[in-house]
Amino acid sequence: MNDLDIRKVVQEALSNIAPEVDLAGIDPAGDLREVLDIDSMDFLNFITAIHHRLGVNISELDYPKLVTLDGAVAYIAARLGSIKK
Amino acid sequence: MPSLGADMEAGTLVEWLIKTGDRVKRGDVVAVVETQKGAIEIEIFEAGKIEQILVGLNTKVPVGMPLARIRTDLEETLGPAAAAPPAPAVAFAAPPVMPAPVAPPSPPPVAPGAAVRARRSPAARRLAEAHRIDLSKLTGSGPAGAIIYADIERRLGEAVAPAEKKRAPWLDLDAMRTAIAAAMARSKREIPHYYLEHQVDVTACEQWLAQNNATRPPDNRLLIGALTIKSVALAARRFPAFNGLYRDGKFEPARAVHLGVAIAIRGGGLAAPALHDADQIPLDELMARMRDLVQRTRAGRIRSSEMSDPTITVTSLGERGVETLYGIIYPPQVAIVGFGRIVTRPWVVEGAIGPRSVISITLSADHRVSDGHAGALFLAEIGRLLQEPDKL
Repeated sequence: MNDLDIRKVVQEALSNIAPEVDLAGIDPAGDLREVLDIDSMDFLNFITAIHHRLGVNISELDYPKLVTLDGAVAYIAARLGSIKK
Repeated sequence: MPSLGADMEAGTLVEWLIKTGDRVKRGDVVAVVETQKGAIEIEIFEAGKIEQILVGLNTKVPVGMPLARIRTDLEETLGPAAAAPPAPAVAFAAPPVMPAPVAPPSPPPVAPGAAVRARRSPAARRLAEAHRIDLSKLTGSGPAGAIIYADIERRLGEAVAPAEKKRAPWLDLDAMRTAIAAAMARSKREIPHYYLEHQVDVTACEQWLAQNNATRPPDNRLLIGALTIKSVALAARRFPAFNGLYRDGKFEPARAVHLGVAIAIRGGGLAAPALHDADQIPLDELMARMRDLVQRTRAGRIRSSEMSDPTITVTSLGERGVETLYGIIYPPQVAIVGFGRIVTRPWVVEGAIGPRSVISITLSADHRVSDGHAGALFLAEIGRLLQEPDKL
Protein backbone atom coordinates (compact mmCIF):
# COMPACT_ATOMS: atom_id res chain seq x y z
CA MET A 1 0.00 0.00 0.00
CA ASN A 2 1.52 3.31 -1.06
CA ASP A 3 1.00 6.80 0.35
CA LEU A 4 -1.72 7.53 -2.17
CA ASP A 5 -3.76 4.51 -1.09
CA ILE A 6 -3.30 5.45 2.56
CA ARG A 7 -4.41 9.00 1.86
CA LYS A 8 -7.53 7.63 0.20
CA VAL A 9 -8.40 5.50 3.23
CA VAL A 10 -7.77 8.41 5.61
CA GLN A 11 -9.93 10.73 3.53
CA GLU A 12 -12.70 8.18 3.36
CA ALA A 13 -12.68 7.75 7.14
CA LEU A 14 -12.80 11.50 7.60
CA SER A 15 -15.56 12.03 5.06
CA ASN A 16 -17.72 9.55 6.96
CA ILE A 17 -17.36 11.85 9.97
CA ALA A 18 -17.67 15.19 8.16
CA PRO A 19 -19.58 14.32 4.98
CA GLU A 20 -20.24 17.93 3.94
CA VAL A 21 -16.55 18.93 3.80
CA ASP A 22 -14.67 18.77 0.50
CA LEU A 23 -11.51 17.02 1.65
CA ALA A 24 -9.67 17.74 -1.57
CA GLY A 25 -9.92 21.44 -0.76
CA ILE A 26 -8.59 21.46 2.81
CA ASP A 27 -5.13 22.44 3.96
CA PRO A 28 -3.31 19.10 4.40
CA ALA A 29 -1.15 20.66 7.13
CA GLY A 30 -4.07 22.21 9.03
CA ASP A 31 -5.37 20.91 12.36
CA LEU A 32 -8.16 18.48 11.44
CA ARG A 33 -10.07 19.21 14.62
CA GLU A 34 -10.33 22.85 13.59
CA VAL A 35 -10.67 22.35 9.84
CA LEU A 36 -13.38 19.71 10.11
CA ASP A 37 -14.87 20.85 13.42
CA ILE A 38 -14.63 17.41 14.98
CA ASP A 39 -14.79 16.55 18.66
CA SER A 40 -13.05 13.87 20.72
CA MET A 41 -15.73 11.30 19.90
CA ASP A 42 -15.31 11.97 16.16
CA PHE A 43 -11.54 11.65 16.51
CA LEU A 44 -11.91 8.36 18.36
CA ASN A 45 -14.18 7.13 15.56
CA PHE A 46 -11.51 8.14 13.05
CA ILE A 47 -8.82 6.22 14.96
CA THR A 48 -11.21 3.26 15.23
CA ALA A 49 -11.87 3.32 11.47
CA ILE A 50 -8.13 3.30 10.72
CA HIS A 51 -7.72 0.33 13.05
CA HIS A 52 -10.52 -1.56 11.28
CA ARG A 53 -9.44 -0.70 7.75
CA LEU A 54 -5.67 -0.97 8.00
CA GLY A 55 -5.06 -2.93 11.20
CA VAL A 56 -3.01 -0.09 12.64
CA ASN A 57 -3.72 0.27 16.35
CA ILE A 58 -2.86 3.87 17.20
CA SER A 59 -2.18 4.53 20.86
CA GLU A 60 -3.45 7.67 22.56
CA LEU A 61 0.12 8.85 23.03
CA ASP A 62 0.46 9.06 19.25
CA TYR A 63 -2.78 11.01 18.67
CA PRO A 64 -0.92 14.35 18.36
CA LYS A 65 0.93 12.97 15.32
CA LEU A 66 -2.35 12.48 13.49
CA VAL A 67 -3.95 15.88 13.87
CA THR A 68 -3.18 16.90 10.28
CA LEU A 69 -4.00 15.03 7.08
CA ASP A 70 -0.33 14.91 6.04
CA GLY A 71 0.71 13.86 9.53
CA ALA A 72 -1.83 11.04 9.61
CA VAL A 73 -0.72 9.69 6.22
CA ALA A 74 2.98 9.84 7.16
CA TYR A 75 2.35 8.19 10.53
CA ILE A 76 0.29 5.35 9.08
CA ALA A 77 2.80 4.80 6.25
CA ALA A 78 5.60 4.52 8.77
CA ARG A 79 3.60 2.10 10.94
CA LEU A 80 2.64 -0.08 7.95
CA GLY A 81 6.28 -0.05 6.82
CA SER A 82 7.50 -1.17 10.20
CA ILE A 83 4.88 -3.93 10.33
CA LYS A 84 6.14 -5.34 7.03
CA LYS A 85 9.68 -5.45 8.33
CA MET B 1 -50.18 11.61 24.98
CA PRO B 2 -46.53 11.38 25.90
CA SER B 3 -44.43 14.51 26.10
CA LEU B 4 -41.94 14.30 23.26
CA GLY B 5 -40.12 17.47 24.09
CA ALA B 6 -40.26 20.43 26.41
CA ASP B 7 -41.97 22.64 23.89
CA MET B 8 -44.74 20.15 23.28
CA GLU B 9 -48.09 20.88 24.88
CA ALA B 10 -50.24 18.79 22.60
CA GLY B 11 -49.93 16.42 19.70
CA THR B 12 -52.27 15.40 16.94
CA LEU B 13 -53.05 11.74 16.71
CA VAL B 14 -52.82 10.92 13.02
CA GLU B 15 -52.72 7.16 12.92
CA TRP B 16 -53.58 4.15 15.02
CA LEU B 17 -51.60 1.03 14.26
CA ILE B 18 -53.71 -1.05 16.65
CA LYS B 19 -57.40 -1.66 17.24
CA THR B 20 -59.48 -2.80 20.21
CA GLY B 21 -58.67 -6.37 21.12
CA ASP B 22 -55.15 -6.36 19.66
CA ARG B 23 -52.36 -7.83 21.71
CA VAL B 24 -49.33 -5.62 22.13
CA LYS B 25 -45.97 -6.01 23.73
CA ARG B 26 -43.54 -3.57 25.23
CA GLY B 27 -41.78 -1.55 22.54
CA ASP B 28 -44.46 -1.97 19.85
CA VAL B 29 -45.25 1.13 17.87
CA VAL B 30 -48.97 1.65 18.42
CA ALA B 31 -49.73 5.11 17.10
CA VAL B 32 -48.30 8.04 15.20
CA VAL B 33 -48.46 11.56 16.51
CA GLU B 34 -47.70 14.72 14.59
CA THR B 35 -45.70 17.26 16.53
CA GLN B 36 -43.62 20.27 15.70
CA LYS B 37 -40.72 17.91 15.23
CA GLY B 38 -42.57 15.90 12.66
CA ALA B 39 -44.34 12.57 12.89
CA ILE B 40 -43.23 10.54 15.88
CA GLU B 41 -43.97 6.88 16.39
CA ILE B 42 -45.33 6.16 19.83
CA GLU B 43 -44.04 3.08 21.58
CA ILE B 44 -46.03 1.22 24.19
CA PHE B 45 -44.55 0.35 27.56
CA GLU B 46 -46.83 -2.42 28.75
CA ALA B 47 -47.66 -5.82 27.36
CA GLY B 48 -51.34 -6.71 27.17
CA LYS B 49 -54.55 -6.34 25.26
CA ILE B 50 -56.01 -3.10 23.95
CA GLU B 51 -59.28 -2.64 25.80
CA GLN B 52 -60.49 0.68 24.46
CA ILE B 53 -59.29 3.40 22.15
CA LEU B 54 -60.11 6.75 23.69
CA VAL B 55 -59.02 9.20 21.02
CA GLY B 56 -60.09 9.39 17.40
CA LEU B 57 -57.98 10.22 14.38
CA ASN B 58 -56.87 13.79 13.72
CA THR B 59 -57.65 14.81 17.28
CA LYS B 60 -55.39 17.28 19.03
CA VAL B 61 -54.62 15.85 22.44
CA PRO B 62 -52.92 17.64 25.35
CA VAL B 63 -49.83 16.01 26.85
CA GLY B 64 -50.74 13.62 29.65
CA MET B 65 -54.19 12.69 28.40
CA PRO B 66 -54.75 8.95 27.95
CA LEU B 67 -54.97 7.76 24.35
CA ALA B 68 -56.21 4.24 24.98
CA ARG B 69 -56.69 1.74 27.75
CA ILE B 70 -54.79 -1.49 27.92
CA ARG B 71 -55.39 -4.51 30.10
CA THR B 72 -51.94 -5.65 31.10
CA ASP B 73 -50.89 -9.30 31.08
CA LEU B 74 -50.42 -9.18 34.82
CA GLU B 75 -54.03 -8.14 35.38
CA GLU B 76 -55.24 -10.88 33.09
CA THR B 77 -53.29 -13.49 35.01
CA LEU B 78 -54.45 -12.29 38.37
CA GLY B 79 -58.05 -11.69 37.30
CA PRO B 80 -60.04 -8.60 38.15
CA ALA B 81 -60.51 -9.51 41.81
CA ALA B 82 -56.83 -9.66 42.50
CA ALA B 83 -56.11 -6.50 40.60
CA ALA B 84 -57.19 -4.28 43.49
CA PRO B 85 -56.56 -1.40 44.30
CA PRO B 86 -59.04 -0.13 41.71
CA ALA B 87 -56.80 0.31 38.71
CA PRO B 88 -58.29 -2.21 36.33
CA ALA B 89 -56.45 -1.01 33.30
CA VAL B 90 -53.42 1.04 32.58
CA ALA B 91 -53.82 4.11 30.47
CA PHE B 92 -50.70 4.72 28.51
CA ALA B 93 -49.62 8.28 28.45
CA ALA B 94 -46.14 9.44 29.33
CA PRO B 95 -44.18 6.36 30.38
CA PRO B 96 -42.89 6.85 33.93
CA VAL B 97 -39.85 4.60 33.73
CA MET B 98 -38.18 3.05 30.74
CA PRO B 99 -35.08 1.02 31.54
CA ALA B 100 -33.56 0.39 28.14
CA PRO B 101 -34.43 0.93 24.54
CA VAL B 102 -36.37 -2.03 23.31
CA ALA B 103 -34.97 -3.86 20.35
CA PRO B 104 -37.27 -3.84 17.36
CA PRO B 105 -39.40 -6.97 17.39
CA SER B 106 -38.64 -9.53 14.75
CA PRO B 107 -40.99 -9.41 11.80
CA PRO B 108 -44.02 -11.66 12.18
CA PRO B 109 -44.61 -14.15 9.39
CA VAL B 110 -46.80 -12.77 6.66
CA ALA B 111 -49.70 -14.95 5.63
CA PRO B 112 -49.22 -16.00 2.01
CA GLY B 113 -51.50 -14.11 -0.34
CA ALA B 114 -52.74 -11.83 2.41
CA ALA B 115 -55.42 -9.69 0.84
CA VAL B 116 -55.15 -6.83 3.26
CA ARG B 117 -52.46 -4.30 2.49
CA ALA B 118 -50.06 -3.93 5.36
CA ARG B 119 -50.33 -0.66 7.21
CA ARG B 120 -47.52 1.84 7.15
CA SER B 121 -46.85 4.74 9.43
CA PRO B 122 -46.66 8.22 7.87
CA ALA B 123 -43.07 8.63 8.97
CA ALA B 124 -42.17 5.36 7.31
CA ARG B 125 -44.06 6.35 4.19
CA ARG B 126 -42.28 9.71 3.99
CA LEU B 127 -38.86 8.15 4.44
CA ALA B 128 -39.67 5.51 1.85
CA GLU B 129 -40.82 8.13 -0.63
CA ALA B 130 -37.67 10.16 -0.10
CA HIS B 131 -35.61 7.12 -1.02
CA ARG B 132 -37.95 5.64 -3.65
CA ILE B 133 -38.42 2.43 -1.74
CA ASP B 134 -41.26 0.20 -2.84
CA LEU B 135 -43.30 -0.42 0.31
CA SER B 136 -45.19 -3.34 -1.14
CA LYS B 137 -41.97 -5.33 -1.17
CA LEU B 138 -41.24 -4.77 2.52
CA THR B 139 -42.23 -6.81 5.54
CA GLY B 140 -43.30 -4.70 8.48
CA SER B 141 -42.27 -5.36 12.06
CA GLY B 142 -44.99 -3.26 13.72
CA PRO B 143 -48.21 -4.68 15.15
CA ALA B 144 -50.15 -6.70 12.57
CA GLY B 145 -47.23 -6.42 10.16
CA ALA B 146 -47.40 -2.64 9.91
CA ILE B 147 -44.38 -1.06 8.26
CA ILE B 148 -42.70 1.34 10.63
CA TYR B 149 -39.82 3.80 10.36
CA ALA B 150 -37.28 1.29 11.65
CA ASP B 151 -38.13 -1.09 8.82
CA ILE B 152 -37.28 1.52 6.19
CA GLU B 153 -34.11 2.36 8.07
CA ARG B 154 -33.07 -1.25 8.03
CA ARG B 155 -33.78 -1.37 4.34
CA LEU B 156 -31.76 1.80 3.77
CA GLY B 157 -28.93 0.32 5.78
CA GLU B 158 -28.83 -2.55 3.31
CA ALA B 159 -29.17 -0.48 0.19
CA VAL B 160 -27.22 2.70 0.76
CA ALA B 161 -23.46 3.15 0.64
CA PRO B 162 -21.96 4.00 4.04
CA ALA B 163 -20.87 7.55 3.24
CA GLU B 164 -24.28 8.42 1.92
CA LYS B 165 -26.05 6.79 4.84
CA LYS B 166 -24.53 9.27 7.28
CA ARG B 167 -25.80 12.27 5.42
CA ALA B 168 -29.19 12.00 7.09
CA PRO B 169 -31.32 13.77 4.50
CA TRP B 170 -34.33 13.52 6.81
CA LEU B 171 -32.67 15.51 9.59
CA ASP B 172 -34.47 18.84 9.38
CA LEU B 173 -32.21 21.43 11.00
CA ASP B 174 -34.72 24.26 10.54
CA ALA B 175 -37.44 22.36 12.40
CA MET B 176 -34.86 21.49 15.04
CA ARG B 177 -33.95 25.16 15.46
CA THR B 178 -37.64 26.03 15.87
CA ALA B 179 -37.99 23.35 18.55
CA ILE B 180 -34.87 24.58 20.37
CA ALA B 181 -36.19 28.14 20.23
CA ALA B 182 -39.54 27.13 21.70
CA ALA B 183 -38.01 25.05 24.49
CA MET B 184 -35.40 27.59 25.47
CA ALA B 185 -37.83 30.52 25.35
CA ARG B 186 -40.21 28.59 27.58
CA SER B 187 -37.35 27.75 29.94
CA LYS B 188 -36.23 31.36 30.32
CA ARG B 189 -39.84 32.51 30.67
CA GLU B 190 -40.92 30.00 33.29
CA ILE B 191 -37.90 28.68 35.17
CA PRO B 192 -36.15 30.88 37.72
CA HIS B 193 -32.61 29.62 37.13
CA TYR B 194 -29.79 29.93 39.62
CA TYR B 195 -26.20 29.21 38.66
CA LEU B 196 -23.18 27.75 40.45
CA GLU B 197 -19.67 26.98 39.29
CA HIS B 198 -17.06 24.61 40.68
CA GLN B 199 -13.45 24.17 39.49
CA VAL B 200 -12.36 20.57 39.78
CA ASP B 201 -8.95 18.93 39.42
CA VAL B 202 -9.44 16.03 37.00
CA THR B 203 -5.79 14.96 36.75
CA ALA B 204 -6.72 11.66 38.40
CA CYS B 205 -9.31 11.02 35.67
CA GLU B 206 -6.84 11.77 32.90
CA GLN B 207 -4.18 9.50 34.38
CA TRP B 208 -6.67 6.70 34.96
CA LEU B 209 -7.96 6.99 31.37
CA ALA B 210 -4.44 7.04 29.87
CA GLN B 211 -3.52 3.94 31.84
CA ASN B 212 -6.70 2.06 30.94
CA ASN B 213 -6.79 3.04 27.30
CA ALA B 214 -3.13 2.12 26.73
CA THR B 215 -4.00 -1.58 26.59
CA ARG B 216 -7.34 -1.25 24.80
CA PRO B 217 -8.04 -1.24 21.06
CA PRO B 218 -9.76 1.95 19.82
CA ASP B 219 -13.14 0.19 19.87
CA ASN B 220 -13.02 -0.15 23.65
CA ARG B 221 -11.38 3.10 24.65
CA LEU B 222 -13.09 5.45 27.05
CA LEU B 223 -13.41 9.21 26.78
CA ILE B 224 -13.54 11.55 29.75
CA GLY B 225 -17.17 12.20 28.79
CA ALA B 226 -18.06 8.74 30.09
CA LEU B 227 -16.59 9.63 33.50
CA THR B 228 -18.30 13.02 33.73
CA ILE B 229 -21.65 11.56 32.71
CA LYS B 230 -21.37 8.72 35.20
CA SER B 231 -20.41 11.11 38.00
CA VAL B 232 -23.44 13.32 37.32
CA ALA B 233 -25.75 10.30 37.16
CA LEU B 234 -24.48 8.97 40.50
CA ALA B 235 -24.74 12.39 42.13
CA ALA B 236 -28.26 12.85 40.73
CA ARG B 237 -29.34 9.63 42.40
CA ARG B 238 -28.10 10.95 45.74
CA PHE B 239 -29.64 14.40 45.24
CA PRO B 240 -33.18 13.79 44.01
CA ALA B 241 -34.07 17.51 43.93
CA PHE B 242 -32.10 17.79 40.67
CA ASN B 243 -33.43 14.69 38.97
CA GLY B 244 -37.04 14.82 37.89
CA LEU B 245 -39.70 16.86 36.18
CA TYR B 246 -41.60 20.00 37.16
CA ARG B 247 -45.15 19.66 35.90
CA ASP B 248 -48.51 21.22 36.77
CA GLY B 249 -47.02 23.46 39.41
CA LYS B 250 -45.15 20.78 41.29
CA PHE B 251 -41.93 18.81 41.18
CA GLU B 252 -41.97 15.06 40.72
CA PRO B 253 -38.63 13.44 41.52
CA ALA B 254 -37.79 10.66 39.06
CA ARG B 255 -37.22 7.11 40.23
CA ALA B 256 -34.57 6.44 37.62
CA VAL B 257 -31.74 8.58 36.29
CA HIS B 258 -32.23 9.04 32.56
CA LEU B 259 -29.42 11.34 31.69
CA GLY B 260 -29.93 13.65 28.73
CA VAL B 261 -26.75 14.19 26.73
CA ALA B 262 -26.56 17.39 24.72
CA ILE B 263 -25.24 16.43 21.30
CA ALA B 264 -24.21 19.01 18.73
CA ILE B 265 -25.25 18.22 15.20
CA ARG B 266 -23.12 19.29 12.25
CA GLY B 267 -24.59 22.26 10.49
CA GLY B 268 -26.02 23.82 13.64
CA GLY B 269 -28.40 21.53 15.47
CA LEU B 270 -28.65 20.31 19.03
CA ALA B 271 -30.50 17.44 20.64
CA ALA B 272 -30.35 16.00 24.14
CA PRO B 273 -31.64 12.41 24.07
CA ALA B 274 -31.52 10.18 27.14
CA LEU B 275 -29.04 7.55 28.23
CA HIS B 276 -31.42 5.38 30.20
CA ASP B 277 -30.44 4.39 33.75
CA ALA B 278 -27.03 6.03 33.37
CA ASP B 279 -26.33 5.59 37.11
CA GLN B 280 -26.68 1.80 36.86
CA ILE B 281 -24.55 1.08 33.81
CA PRO B 282 -20.88 0.07 34.07
CA LEU B 283 -18.50 2.54 32.41
CA ASP B 284 -17.62 0.38 29.42
CA GLU B 285 -21.26 -0.12 28.52
CA LEU B 286 -22.02 3.54 29.16
CA MET B 287 -19.29 4.51 26.72
CA ALA B 288 -20.60 2.11 24.08
CA ARG B 289 -24.14 3.46 24.51
CA MET B 290 -22.84 7.01 24.31
CA ARG B 291 -21.07 6.29 21.04
CA ASP B 292 -24.21 4.68 19.67
CA LEU B 293 -26.44 7.54 20.84
CA VAL B 294 -24.18 10.24 19.37
CA GLN B 295 -24.00 8.41 16.06
CA ARG B 296 -27.75 7.84 15.84
CA THR B 297 -28.57 11.39 16.91
CA ARG B 298 -26.29 12.88 14.29
CA ALA B 299 -27.91 10.63 11.71
CA GLY B 300 -31.39 11.75 12.81
CA ARG B 301 -32.42 8.46 14.35
CA ILE B 302 -33.57 9.12 17.91
CA ARG B 303 -36.26 6.95 19.46
CA SER B 304 -39.33 8.54 21.01
CA SER B 305 -38.45 7.15 24.44
CA GLU B 306 -35.03 8.79 24.28
CA MET B 307 -36.56 12.13 23.37
CA SER B 308 -39.18 12.20 26.09
CA ASP B 309 -37.34 10.54 28.94
CA PRO B 310 -34.44 12.67 30.22
CA THR B 311 -34.69 13.55 33.91
CA ILE B 312 -31.55 15.76 34.00
CA THR B 313 -29.17 16.89 31.26
CA VAL B 314 -25.40 17.18 30.83
CA THR B 315 -23.79 19.49 28.31
CA SER B 316 -20.06 19.52 27.52
CA LEU B 317 -17.92 21.82 25.42
CA GLY B 318 -15.31 19.18 24.71
CA GLU B 319 -11.65 19.75 23.95
CA ARG B 320 -11.96 23.03 22.19
CA GLY B 321 -13.70 26.28 22.93
CA VAL B 322 -13.81 28.02 26.29
CA GLU B 323 -13.48 27.14 29.95
CA THR B 324 -17.01 27.58 31.22
CA LEU B 325 -20.56 27.21 30.00
CA TYR B 326 -23.85 27.75 31.78
CA GLY B 327 -26.64 25.62 30.38
CA ILE B 328 -30.29 26.52 30.06
CA ILE B 329 -32.59 24.00 31.69
CA TYR B 330 -34.57 21.87 29.28
CA PRO B 331 -38.14 21.99 30.62
CA PRO B 332 -39.80 20.21 32.34
CA GLN B 333 -36.44 19.12 33.80
CA VAL B 334 -35.06 21.10 36.73
CA ALA B 335 -31.29 21.00 36.29
CA ILE B 336 -28.52 20.98 33.71
CA VAL B 337 -24.85 20.36 34.44
CA GLY B 338 -22.25 21.97 32.18
CA PHE B 339 -18.64 20.90 31.64
CA GLY B 340 -16.13 23.29 30.12
CA ARG B 341 -12.86 22.57 28.36
CA ILE B 342 -10.09 20.99 30.43
CA VAL B 343 -7.22 23.42 30.97
CA THR B 344 -3.81 23.14 32.67
CA ARG B 345 -3.63 25.45 35.66
CA PRO B 346 -1.29 26.05 38.61
CA TRP B 347 -2.96 24.23 41.50
CA VAL B 348 -2.12 23.63 45.14
CA VAL B 349 -1.86 19.95 46.01
CA GLU B 350 -0.69 19.04 49.50
CA GLY B 351 0.88 22.42 50.08
CA ALA B 352 2.81 22.64 46.82
CA ILE B 353 1.93 24.40 43.59
CA GLY B 354 2.03 22.28 40.46
CA PRO B 355 0.38 22.04 37.04
CA ARG B 356 -2.94 20.18 37.12
CA SER B 357 -5.76 19.51 34.66
CA VAL B 358 -8.74 21.52 35.76
CA ILE B 359 -12.33 21.52 34.52
CA SER B 360 -15.11 23.96 35.26
CA ILE B 361 -18.38 22.29 36.23
CA THR B 362 -21.52 24.41 36.39
CA LEU B 363 -25.02 23.81 37.60
CA SER B 364 -28.08 25.65 36.35
CA ALA B 365 -31.00 24.64 38.53
CA ASP B 366 -34.65 25.51 39.08
CA HIS B 367 -35.12 27.74 42.13
CA ARG B 368 -38.73 26.61 42.50
CA VAL B 369 -37.40 23.18 43.42
CA SER B 370 -34.00 23.63 45.07
CA ASP B 371 -31.78 26.29 46.61
CA GLY B 372 -28.15 27.22 46.15
CA HIS B 373 -27.14 25.37 49.28
CA ALA B 374 -28.38 22.00 47.98
CA GLY B 375 -27.04 22.87 44.52
CA ALA B 376 -23.58 23.47 45.94
CA LEU B 377 -23.60 20.10 47.70
CA PHE B 378 -24.73 18.40 44.50
CA LEU B 379 -21.98 20.04 42.46
CA ALA B 380 -19.36 19.26 45.11
CA GLU B 381 -20.46 15.62 45.06
CA ILE B 382 -19.82 15.45 41.30
CA GLY B 383 -16.33 16.89 41.90
CA ARG B 384 -15.68 14.40 44.68
CA LEU B 385 -16.76 11.44 42.53
CA LEU B 386 -14.32 12.52 39.82
CA GLN B 387 -11.41 12.18 42.26
CA GLU B 388 -11.85 8.41 42.27
CA PRO B 389 -12.40 7.40 38.64
CA ASP B 390 -11.76 3.73 39.39
CA LYS B 391 -14.91 3.68 41.53
CA LEU B 392 -17.20 5.16 38.89
